[in-house]
Amino acid sequence: MIHFVLLISRQGKVRLTKWYSPYSQKERSKVIRELSGIVLNRGPKLCNFVEWRGHRVVYRRYAGLYFCMCIDEADNELEVLDIIHHFVEILDRYFGSVCELDLIFNFHKAYYILDEVLIAGEFQESSKRTIIRLLSTHDSMVEMAKEEATSIGNMIAQVTK
Amino acid sequence: MALSGMRGLSVFISDVRNCQNKEQERLRVDKELGNVRTRFKNEKGLSPYEKKKYVWKMLYIYMLGYDVDFGHMEAVSLISAPKYPEKQVGYIVTACLLNENHDFLRLAINTVRNDIIGRNETFQCLALTLVGNIGGREFAESLAADVQKLLISSSCRPLVRKKAALCLLRLYRKNPDVVNVDGWADRMAQLLDERDLGVLTSSMSLLVALVSNNHEAYWSCLPKCVKTLERLARNQDIPQEYTYYGIPSPWLQVKTMRALQYFPTVEDPNTRRSLFEVLQRILMGTDVVKNVNKNNASHAVLFEALALVMHLDAEKEMMSQCVALLGKFIAVREPNIRYLGLENMTRMLMVTDVQDIIKRHQAQIITSLKDPDISIRRRALDLLYGMCDVSNAKDIVEELLQYLSSADFAMREELSLKAAILAEKFAPDLSWYVDVILQLIDKAGDFVSDDIWFRVVQFVTNNEDLQSYAAAKAREYLTKPAIHETMVKVSAYILGEYGHLLARRPGYSPKELFTIIHEKHPTVSTSTIPILLSSYAKILMHTQPPEPELQNQIWTIFNKYESCIDVEIQQRSAEYFALSRKGASLMDILAEMPKFPERQSALIRKAEDAEVDTAEQSAIKLRAQQQMSTALVVTDQRPPNGMPAQPSIGPLSLVKVPSETVDSNPGDQGLTHPNGVVYKEDPQPPSQDIIGDLLGTLSIEGPPGAVAQSPQNATYEAEGAPSAADAAALVPVGEESGSVQPIGNINERFYALCLKDSGVLYEDPNIQIGIKAEWRAHQGRLVLFLGNKNTASLGSVQALILPPTHLKMELSLVPETIPPRAQVQCPLEVMNLRPSRDVAVLDFSYKFGPTMVNVKLRLPAVLNKFLQPITVSPEEFFPQWRSLSGPPLKLQEVVRGVRPLPLPEMANLFNTYRLTVCPGLDPNPNNLVASTTFYSETTRAMLCLVRIETDPADRTQLRMTVASGDPTLTFELKEFIKEQLVSIPTAPQRPQGPAAPPPPVAQITAPPPAASQDPGALLAGLL
Repeated sequence: MIHFVLLISRQGKVRLTKWYSPYSQKERSKVIRELSGIVLNRGPKLCNFVEWRGHRVVYRRYAGLYFCMCIDEADNELEVLDIIHHFVEILDRYFGSVCELDLIFNFHKAYYILDEVLIAGEFQESSKRTIIRLLSTHDSMVEMAKEEATSIGNMIAQVTK
Repeated sequence: MALSGMRGLSVFISDVRNCQNKEQERLRVDKELGNVRTRFKNEKGLSPYEKKKYVWKMLYIYMLGYDVDFGHMEAVSLISAPKYPEKQVGYIVTACLLNENHDFLRLAINTVRNDIIGRNETFQCLALTLVGNIGGREFAESLAADVQKLLISSSCRPLVRKKAALCLLRLYRKNPDVVNVDGWADRMAQLLDERDLGVLTSSMSLLVALVSNNHEAYWSCLPKCVKTLERLARNQDIPQEYTYYGIPSPWLQVKTMRALQYFPTVEDPNTRRSLFEVLQRILMGTDVVKNVNKNNASHAVLFEALALVMHLDAEKEMMSQCVALLGKFIAVREPNIRYLGLENMTRMLMVTDVQDIIKRHQAQIITSLKDPDISIRRRALDLLYGMCDVSNAKDIVEELLQYLSSADFAMREELSLKAAILAEKFAPDLSWYVDVILQLIDKAGDFVSDDIWFRVVQFVTNNEDLQSYAAAKAREYLTKPAIHETMVKVSAYILGEYGHLLARRPGYSPKELFTIIHEKHPTVSTSTIPILLSSYAKILMHTQPPEPELQNQIWTIFNKYESCIDVEIQQRSAEYFALSRKGASLMDILAEMPKFPERQSALIRKAEDAEVDTAEQSAIKLRAQQQMSTALVVTDQRPPNGMPAQPSIGPLSLVKVPSETVDSNPGDQGLTHPNGVVYKEDPQPPSQDIIGDLLGTLSIEGPPGAVAQSPQNATYEAEGAPSAADAAALVPVGEESGSVQPIGNINERFYALCLKDSGVLYEDPNIQIGIKAEWRAHQGRLVLFLGNKNTASLGSVQALILPPTHLKMELSLVPETIPPRAQVQCPLEVMNLRPSRDVAVLDFSYKFGPTMVNVKLRLPAVLNKFLQPITVSPEEFFPQWRSLSGPPLKLQEVVRGVRPLPLPEMANLFNTYRLTVCPGLDPNPNNLVASTTFYSETTRAMLCLVRIETDPADRTQLRMTVASGDPTLTFELKEFIKEQLVSIPTAPQRPQGPAAPPPPVAQITAPPPAASQDPGALLAGLL
């Protein structure tokens, strides 16, 4: 099971955190601090796994961004590495050649996308097409709601409320 | 670059990004938080859009690492918004900000439930995701049923069902009871026929969690898993979108193989064959390619296949293939593969008979110990640690020592601990062990815990042939210029105790030894000075008559410290000074330290503790779980004489005084403090071991001084003979020696073994006897595991079997001595000639030191071991029951004084004795019917039928009818069951596993008083 997902920039800025096991606020900050210290300092040609407090952290660097997932010792590390890449490919397809800025300004979308890949710390869907299709439905629903909200009828409704 | 679509949010993010430093950022964030807070306060004026925007801002600020201690309510309240955009924000932000223990979450349960049972598919997805990600126990209790419904509903789209599967998995983790409903296993099996691979993947994850706890219920899923795996591995009928770099969903493949690893075996030959074909295909067909992602995916599958092969313990052909592959992997350049190769090789160590093949790769593994990647080095260290045995310990430990000087600081402590443990466990000779530890202290003193040097002192003290060697070594190290303080401690201690053994060699005169030790005196801290003082006192003692010059020097030191602020130092110097003026009697008072009682190595214990925090999956622990051999070393052990282990207290020294007042009892020991207390004994010098026993109760962990810093409360009269007050510390010698108490209750162990086939039969401080048994029809094979827990051999080992007449038993040869820390296995063949309840006895004896220990142990080759559970149908049962019409083939008895048991528990009890309860055969719910097959040479396989009629009004009595085709069997079985019912042995409570099919009334879990739960009893009570 994946206990948490962390996206950290090379400068140590957090771009996304998602916790599947219960960590208190204090523990969360501590984990982030500790792990960024470990992961960011690792050289380029080393393996993608770090042993940390009885867990394994599988990480992979894409440009200036580190994607980290923390799993149990007995879990399959490479499988999780595949999940990371799968997630990145979906982001890439969704944003169209994704860059860090996309994830900064659209962090809320990144969360939504992650929810389609993982639930309960377990892998959910391996078809990129299915996920992209869902995401566009989702976007159009938000769009529609927005249009509705700006339509005159709604404006009147707002005023008279 | 896409903007967030919300202007205010984008502006805020840009502002934060443009901040020059942390301080600016904080100001900007604080401003925004203030803004959001005011806006939330007058919530009335907020449009849904604004509310949404502020909640996103909160999440962003939270992600930056700032405390967001308000607004949780607003986020949660958005969940109940009617429109999708707000609702979605509410769900996502709540799931990020809160964890399952948060109180606010409770408020949302109802809304979430409404969304789950509602008709809106999108809302269902949002709700399932939230519950799947942060749902806690409360969610499990109130939502599990609804989620289950969605998962198996035929009208739901895959989109919802795959989320429901994972959501249910979460709820199951929080409360396993949620899927313990009738027929869930069948539903689960149906889910595996799912066409949609997304749903199938999620369902497979759910299955993995379920079978990991209880594979019994899910046997029907096994062939389906194999089918799924086959389909994937052969890429049959897999939609393009479900392949990843050309590989059919590696995730589903991995999950499926993971699920299969939780089934103990694959019994059906056809299924087994197909599975092995697939595995073979994966093992052979995975090549290393250029594309790193494809490589990762194919090797994810490959490593899982390896794990599955290891688990199924396939024909040796496939196993050696695995080792060969791993051997290849640990030599490749790709670091991930190398890492996993090492890791899996460590796991492989648990498979029998491959250790030797793994040893061939030792050189390569040692190379990995010098890898630039610490993750890989850790794996290599673990593997070396795990594969070490007597044959390669020297090489491996020396390699570790060499590596120690260059290892990173993060690893040194672990490294030195492991080297020390290996040296202790596998030392080919003890002097080598001393060498290793001294080198260890020399090279990495800072990382050598006290336990390590305490242990070496114990070894030297307990092995006379080692003492002069150790003294010579210690002197050698002491003459080096800059040595670690720990080295000063251990060397000073050893020279003080054993330096005199070498007095004739040049450079070893008391004076010279004193000079060498004292040279280090200015460099050491207060914790070392007490040890130095003891050494000086001992050196002085060995120069009788004293050399005036040396004596003056030492006395000056004692004098100087008599006013030391450190109470330990002060007391020692005062006492030693006083003692050393007693002249020749000093010899007796400061005699050599006695042998330490044997105990579990503090190091090994520490290694286990360390595992928890350093995360290393040490092989020793894994092995300990797997086999009994190392369980010896790690069992929680109490010191001899049954005294609870005390925190390490180092008695100052054992003092022998020709004495007249020797009266005391051991109970008083707790009152006095061992430091500075004088022990007395009979005038004639008793043997070392008796002293050892004497001290046994005091639990000496380390040599003096190092640990005992507590204030003294024992009064000591410096002048003259010990006063009466000291007598309290004395132990009557005769009473304590030679009593080796068993650890644990022998009876309980026996009863536990009557119900299971492996476990510990007997244990005392010196030996552990384990048993593993296999039963087939009327024959059985027991293996006795005799494990010596000590660092000294156990001699005169004798094991005699006293079989009852109905059993033929043959014990293979038991060796006369068991080497230190070794375990010997003695197979014992059993054949059951005819039914009887008599029990075989093992008469076991050994000698430890001068003590002869003899125990008589009942062997769990009891009647129920020759039973084989069998379920009979009504068509088989009734004719049989009728044909066995009466005595002596069918016996009936009313049994009174039965321990009252609820019926389901009684049924469980029967099932554990391999009497299968057949529910439904007897229409009366207060009755139990059970059947079994008994095997013996005379009776062959014989069907036995049992009927128990209970009285709901009085649970202490019942009527029992037993029938079989053999009169003796009927009688013996009846008596056997009676024994079990009348006095229920205190065997460990078996969990009410589903292995035991519950009788019709099993749903009523009946707490005591049982009778009142029974409907019949209630009725009877009313009447």
